[in-house]
Amino acid sequence: MEQKNSNNKKTLLEQGFASIKGTDSKEKKKGPLSFPAKIQVKDLDFYYGKFHALHSINIDIPEKKVTAIIGPSGCGKSTLIRCFNRIYELYPKQYATGQILLDGRNILDPKEDLNLLRAQVGMVFQKPTPFPMSVYDNIAFGVRLYERLSKEEMDERVEWALRKSALWNEVKGKLKQIGTALSGGQQQRLCIARAIAVKPEVVLLDEPCSALDPISTAKVEELIDELTEDYTIIIVTHNMQQAARVSDFTAFMYLGKLIEFDSTDKMFTNPRRKETEDYITGRFG
Amino acid sequence: MSRLLKNMDAGLYRKRRIVNLTVLSASILTTLFGLFWLVWLLTTLFLHGFKYLDLSVFTQPTPPPGETGGLANAIVGSILITLMGVAVGAPVGVLAGTFLSEYAIRSRIAPVIRFVNDVLLSAPSIILGVFIYEIVVVPTGHFSGWAGSLALALIALPIIVRTTEDMLKLVPNTVREAACALGAPRWKVTVAIVYRAARAGIFTGILLAVARISGETAPLLFTALNNQFWSTSLNEPVANLPVVIFQFAMSPYEDWQNLAWAGALLITISVLALNIIVRTFLRSGK
Repeated sequence: MEQKNSNNKKTLLEQGFASIKGTDSKEKKKGPLSFPAKIQVKDLDFYYGKFHALHSINIDIPEKKVTAIIGPSGCGKSTLIRCFNRIYELYPKQYATGQILLDGRNILDPKEDLNLLRAQVGMVFQKPTPFPMSVYDNIAFGVRLYERLSKEEMDERVEWALRKSALWNEVKGKLKQIGTALSGGQQQRLCIARAIAVKPEVVLLDEPCSALDPISTAKVEELIDELTEDYTIIIVTHNMQQAARVSDFTAFMYLGKLIEFDSTDKMFTNPRRKETEDYITGRFG
Repeated sequence: MSRLLKNMDAGLYRKRRIVNLTVLSASILTTLFGLFWLVWLLTTLFLHGFKYLDLSVFTQPTPPPGETGGLANAIVGSILITLMGVAVGAPVGVLAGTFLSEYAIRSRIAPVIRFVNDVLLSAPSIILGVFIYEIVVVPTGHFSGWAGSLALALIALPIIVRTTEDMLKLVPNTVREAACALGAPRWKVTVAIVYRAARAGIFTGILLAVARISGETAPLLFTALNNQFWSTSLNEPVANLPVVIFQFAMSPYEDWQNLAWAGALLITISVLALNIIVRTFLRSGK
């Protein structure tokens, strides 16, 4: 196991690279860091009360790429992405220390406007969470918060979001129907439509397919692929095939630490760290 | 009983069957015991009540002894006082319940409020009546409908606070997270999403509070008192069914006693109807 070295300026990635291959850390620049970073996480620690859940995480999330976070249950994947929109603030006793820079702005700053941050960083959760209102209003709700649109513009926006999330053909006749009456897979795509309708810059997906059947999963994955044109996407997933299919970069976490972060191709074919290889090949103890 | 399972201990199995039979019979017997009194009470009430329930009950005011009359002023008074009581109690109760459920996670006074509310919930209603007597009736110098409504509001309040908080807590946190994650401010999440998800439950709580206060007598004795005549002014004493029943049933006059039966039946039926409405409402809301 790597020695904890939080004071060191080098990232865990560099340490890992250097310690295993013993090569110059300059070579690593060909990896994720050669892309402009949308989010830079610096020495992030996270606590649930007294429980120390994340240990000095350092990671640069590339802009307009899909970054997958994988790792066994309880390793801190969800905890990490819940920091990116500070949704953990809804609960007392959960707090983060360190820095998370979004376009260079530290969003962990207490002065950060959480509502604006969350409009900028959208999120889709593990379980579908349609609001108890019509399909149309489910999507318009978020848009109305920050934009003043005419009826026609709103209709267009709703259709755009539903088309993007591959739901339009299934619900175009029942936009007035209550959102909770849709099937599970449709509900989840509705939630994705709702998240992208407000046109955020970053979309956080917390195991978005864990409650979906293979067909819906395929639709969501196609959608993720399409979204990278405009959005930076971070997806937490238990499913390694999914990470391999949809992501450009993959981060492997274990026991609250970031073990390795590299391009998905490299991670799945030639990981530098033994832990990563063991996990990916299913030999994890 | 033959040994159906290879490893079965017949004694253990027999013992469990005996325990099962004993507890089952005991629970059936106690249910029947409770039902017996309830059915007796209701049959007596329905038999006597329906005998004296006619149109004049709804059209004429309470009579002096020996004359014919009805309960019209008491019915109208009761409805007025109850509605006013709910109009005061419901907004305060819903807001307080909202505070406890949505805003007080980090607050240290929330457990105190919850505890005081529970005490208020089980406080004898007569004490609330005396309290309002002291702070409203004594300073103003006379009994009044307003005082009655306030006393009833105090009884409805803790019920509504409690049910509102419970119903809001039933809304899954994931829904709140989802709404917050869109950048909605907390008040908007509460009003537009959480209330909407819990509205059937909150409304049920309010209706249950109405059912509860519509039969309260003790607090009205000290506040609204009673009125022999037509009066819809809440600044004066107002006739109301519970107090009329109380006075008429204790009186030596047979006419009055008969009207008390009719009044008791009316209250029972309206509370029953409210409960049925609540049940159907809850079912359709889910």
